[in-house]
Amino acid sequence: MDKRTTLSEAVAELRDGMTVGIGGWGSRRKPMAIVREILRSPLRDLTIVSYGGPDVGLLCATGKARKVAYGFVSLDSIPLEPHFRAARQQGRIETFELDEGMFQWGLYAAATRLPFLPTRAGLGSDVMRVNPELRTVRSPYDDEEELVAMPALELDVAFIHMNRADIHGNGQFLGPDPYFDDLFCGAAKRRFMTCERLIRTEDLLAEGTIHTLKINRTMVDGVIETPNGAHFTECPPDYGRDEAFQREYAATAKDPDAWKRFVETYLSLESEEAYQQAVRSR
Amino acid sequence: MTVFSRAECCAIAIAEVFRGDGEVLVSPIGTLPMIGARLAKATFAPDLLMTDGVAPLVANVLPVSGDDRPEPVIEGWLPYRAVFDLLWSGRRHVMMGATQIDRYGNQNIACIGDYAQPKAQLLGMRGAPGNTINHPTSYWVPNHSAKVFVEQVDVVTGIGYDRAAALGPRASRFHEIRRVVSNLGVFDFETPDHRMRLASVHPGVTVEEVREQTGFELVVPEAVPETRAPTGDELRLLRDVIDPEGFGGREVVG
Repeated sequence: MDKRTTLSEAVAELRDGMTVGIGGWGSRRKPMAIVREILRSPLRDLTIVSYGGPDVGLLCATGKARKVAYGFVSLDSIPLEPHFRAARQQGRIETFELDEGMFQWGLYAAATRLPFLPTRAGLGSDVMRVNPELRTVRSPYDDEEELVAMPALELDVAFIHMNRADIHGNGQFLGPDPYFDDLFCGAAKRRFMTCERLIRTEDLLAEGTIHTLKINRTMVDGVIETPNGAHFTECPPDYGRDEAFQREYAATAKDPDAWKRFVETYLSLESEEAYQQAVRSR
Repeated sequence: MTVFSRAECCAIAIAEVFRGDGEVLVSPIGTLPMIGARLAKATFAPDLLMTDGVAPLVANVLPVSGDDRPEPVIEGWLPYRAVFDLLWSGRRHVMMGATQIDRYGNQNIACIGDYAQPKAQLLGMRGAPGNTINHPTSYWVPNHSAKVFVEQVDVVTGIGYDRAAALGPRASRFHEIRRVVSNLGVFDFETPDHRMRLASVHPGVTVEEVREQTGFELVVPEAVPETRAPTGDELRLLRDVIDPEGFGGREVVG
């Protein structure tokens, strides 16, 4: 099946209030072309589920996100995501803040169609206080241990970015870490994969071993080739993080005029191609 | 007597935190924790397992500058998912930072102020709840003050001994806050009710100074030893191999 589609067609499937999972980790291999397409849309009130980076920061700064489920939000080389901080400190967003491992368990529960998975992580901590909807469960065996029942993090749509993919939805990561992108796909009803380069299925082993083929085509509904699509996050070995651009982005959080210029220069453009052109010509 | 800096003293105190850990994953968060852990591995704790900060596990001891000399010897692969598996198995000792910490070792790295609309949003829970309930945890505080060592933390991310005790012996059986190292001294919880105790002061620091900079009543034994000085061999490793550029000195106050 040829699953090629476009950024606008993929984002057209979203509705206000949907729960959207975003793959990658911090400022690493994020499907930023999709994030930018969401910014161009009239969508609002989204719940964003993410090992958060600038995807979360941008969606908060532009009012697209109403709620964020996260274990952290960081730009890695800049430890605190300033736009996310601003949104939190102004009380603009709701939170579902979790331990990183609980977060994985929530995705895994959703991906395996379980209502919850038990874990020790979270016990005794304020994860339980700030999320009063969380419950514990008692082991039915002789140990009778009480554990956190991490609920499934069910997603309406998931977006991930891979280094290579074929038109059928097989995806390949060539960097050091697959992160949890397969679980994001597993947890979602609709799954879209952007990639640096679309290649023939026969060429999937040309650049990486069989172990790098983390995404198989049952996990994906649509594929989009977006060269430099993770910019300004890193996407090794294709490219590193654009630290200068990231610094520019981060600095706009405390300067409304700079943010306005940043939006005009990079985010209010009509297409991803125009964004990439603006990045090249700066 | 050999002259050494406060940062080098902290590196020794941090390295000592990992003594006797055997073959476990060490996850040092921060520059001096990285320096200290690499020093431990290069000397008295050779079995420690460590990544380069990302997924590759590195067998040899590299400088913290990220320089690729010497060539890293990759001994394994530990993507985040494997880190979670490993930490839930308990074969790990993490050293995290703490924006706030209290007398029982409750840590806060999530936010300061009211949770619904914080005065300062920080990192978030990160892995702290899961770390502290599953395996030994230590903390590094480069800026010891009464704003960090507080009566009560605003959000409990990593759980302390009082929270662990309230869970009962079964749920808390893997909980251990090994030590807190700050720029002023070393602290442990080896008291009957696991309240924080001053274990040693760094050379040049007085007990009174530590008390003044701590926002709760510390347990202070009658005689407080000095943190041990680095050996000549350790100083050579720190200065020639692990941190020739002196990154550690930029992190520490004092």
